[in-house]
Amino acid sequence: MVNDLARWQFATTIIYHFFFVPVTIGLAFLVAVLQTAWYRTDNPDYKRMTRFFGTLLLINVAIGVVTGLVQEFQFGMNWATYSRFVGGVFGAPLAMEGILAFFLESTFIGLWLFGWNHLPKRVHLATIWAVSIGSLLSALFILVANSWMQHPVGYRLNKSGNAVLTNVWALFVNPTFVWGYAHVILASLITGSLVMLAVSAWYLRKQRHIESFHRTAKVALIVLIPAIVIQLTVGNQLGEIEGHYQPMKIAAAEAQWTNCRPCSFSVFQIGGGANDKTPSQIILVPHLLSVLATGTWSGPVTGLNQLQAQYQARFGPGNYVPDVFIQYWSMRVMAYLGSLVLLLALWGGWLLYRGKLRSARLFLLLSVWAVVTPFLMNTAGWLLTESGRQPWIVQGLQKTVNANSPSVSATEIWISLSAFVVSYIVLGAADLYLMLRYSRHGLAQADAEAAEPSEAPGAAVPALTY
Amino acid sequence: MQLHTIWFILIVILWLGFFVLDGFDFGVGALHMLIGRTDTERRVVINTIGPWWDGNEVWLIVAGGAMFAAFPGWYATLFSAGYLALVLVLVALFARGVSFEYRGKRDDPRWRAGWSWAQTIGSILVPLLLGVALGDLLNGLPINQNHDFTGDFFDLLTGYGLMTGVTLLTLCLLHGATFLTLRTTGEIRDRARAAGRVIGLVAIVINVAWVIWTLVVMGGGTVPQPTQIFGVIAVIFAALLVNTNYNGWAFASSAFAIAAAIGQIFIALYPNVMVSSTNTAYNLTVNNVVSGHYALVVMTIVAVLFLPIVLLYQGWSFHVFRQRLSAPPASAEAPGGGEQLATQP
Repeated sequence: MVNDLARWQFATTIIYHFFFVPVTIGLAFLVAVLQTAWYRTDNPDYKRMTRFFGTLLLINVAIGVVTGLVQEFQFGMNWATYSRFVGGVFGAPLAMEGILAFFLESTFIGLWLFGWNHLPKRVHLATIWAVSIGSLLSALFILVANSWMQHPVGYRLNKSGNAVLTNVWALFVNPTFVWGYAHVILASLITGSLVMLAVSAWYLRKQRHIESFHRTAKVALIVLIPAIVIQLTVGNQLGEIEGHYQPMKIAAAEAQWTNCRPCSFSVFQIGGGANDKTPSQIILVPHLLSVLATGTWSGPVTGLNQLQAQYQARFGPGNYVPDVFIQYWSMRVMAYLGSLVLLLALWGGWLLYRGKLRSARLFLLLSVWAVVTPFLMNTAGWLLTESGRQPWIVQGLQKTVNANSPSVSATEIWISLSAFVVSYIVLGAADLYLMLRYSRHGLAQADAEAAEPSEAPGAAVPALTY
Repeated sequence: MQLHTIWFILIVILWLGFFVLDGFDFGVGALHMLIGRTDTERRVVINTIGPWWDGNEVWLIVAGGAMFAAFPGWYATLFSAGYLALVLVLVALFARGVSFEYRGKRDDPRWRAGWSWAQTIGSILVPLLLGVALGDLLNGLPINQNHDFTGDFFDLLTGYGLMTGVTLLTLCLLHGATFLTLRTTGEIRDRARAAGRVIGLVAIVINVAWVIWTLVVMGGGTVPQPTQIFGVIAVIFAALLVNTNYNGWAFASSAFAIAAAIGQIFIALYPNVMVSSTNTAYNLTVNNVVSGHYALVVMTIVAVLFLPIVLLYQGWSFHVFRQRLSAPPASAEAPGGGEQLATQP
């Protein structure tokens, strides 16, 4: 009960946190690009767009920061046994994240926000790039830590049975990390550019500020098209690596209960989630699973039943099969929506090339609604990764069921879970309200701000920014 | 010096950095409705810490991360023991952190009053509750031989813990007041002085009582440490100077007073990191909760290389926005809450 509640709380808070993280990483980069365009061309339109999307970024960062605090505290609060076991390895990248990434991001976002009209133009441009680099570094260290849970490397167990670091470099060249990091950064760029595209498309459909939002739609598409194309390759490669180190995860994503060679990919199936149950309805694509999981035309995939037998022989009795329903559908949500986004991006690129983006009503409508897809894909991706690692909290070393805090009661977690859920609903409502409101009316405000006479550096500190 | 001692000192420095820097943010946040009467004045007060509060708060995150990395057992026991208190700290940090960005985004008195209260209550609760936690480290909590906390929420509320929380809260309020006298002009500054004078007197009384209680907790017959004596002197200096034109000195004094308060807790604690009230044999010490040697070496290299850089750019940020702020004339404020610039008269 305590363990389940602690898992529910972790899942709820981390999924919520990760709504905001990729928007921050993606938009920080895009805002930096817009400001660079302003710096290079001196076109005031880029400045107003920088300020406009910059404010959307700030509204979003506020929640990303505070929900991130929960995650850092939560390891110790709910997962004390885990923390004692892994702290000697897992703690190091978390501490590095604080020193190298959070300080950079948080200090420079203050400098950027308050530095308009105050810092030299070039220095002010550098501050937004520092924010972007900080956010990219933060993702780097947290993924180093997470990848170690997926595929532990560079450690040994000491005499009290806890993991201690033996090779820090191994953490950073862990293949799960290298490909996982690329996957997350691309997902963030896709998220940020889809948000920027959606807001731009909304204005283009309303035929307001057409030239300004045509510019930002173009910037968004220029980032989105390569990002989504590369993402399909990287995602595929990550699947192969996980299939190698965590075969359960990928076999469960296919609901592949028995060994197969060659293996078909099921586009859709009903049933087949429970042990030994053959799906009752299924549409198959021959050889596709072999290609996806092994990179060869007829490669073999070990079935869940065989893997379960192997794990029992190695780790003792127990159920080592993750939740097949979650694995199967999260993989498909991600892959299918990703393909739709690819089509949308290519369509947008073609419209841009033909100079018809401004008036393509259907494309613009779909682009507005496409803003929900990255959030679904990101959530599905993490469900696939984290639920697919179960029953392990650290693959092969510690089970989730043994990892929670012995001193924390179910009542306490009920209280904390309720407190977080209520707070997150209030914060989320305020965030959504402000994001929508500012998206619709914010440009007038950005114009008013941009119209102020720019003063010499060192002239005055804005007293009413907040 | 052994690595675990170096990391203990480093973690103390991170806690000091957090309380000295974010301490004035808490003070300003808690006092902003009192010192700012109109909405414009309240915004000016909030904007005195605007560019920095976020970076200042990172010191807490890094302190937590460093405890996790260097002393996993300490992090695990402290955070799971303080469970409900930390939930409250987190909710307070949400309220306060979000209110900065959201308060001014809508020109509606009720919206702004709501976020102002979130800022005020959040800024009071965080130093109070973290102070309780730090006091409990020294005073002791029921902890068994497996280093697990065996009490409940009410066991956290020890007399000494609560006193430590109240002491840190009053020091943060004083620190916020001295900060505002340094950062503002005109009526806002006058009110900050007036508030600082009252808070200063209260802070002297509370701080002296707390230091005596600390001596009792440390064990009979202990003579006051230099940190404790200088800490009390610093509070007296800050209380006297807050009403003068020596704003810089007043601020330095309140900063030193907070540093001395945090410092003396950890000095009294070492080599323990958490005392067990069940049995002193179950105390958590730097030796029995420390991480592996190699990890500490790696982390030391990272800290030595990068913390000075952090100090440099945070220092630069303080330098960039060093001018005093004042409320713009009422007529100058544009409808819709547009950004205004105010120069020192």
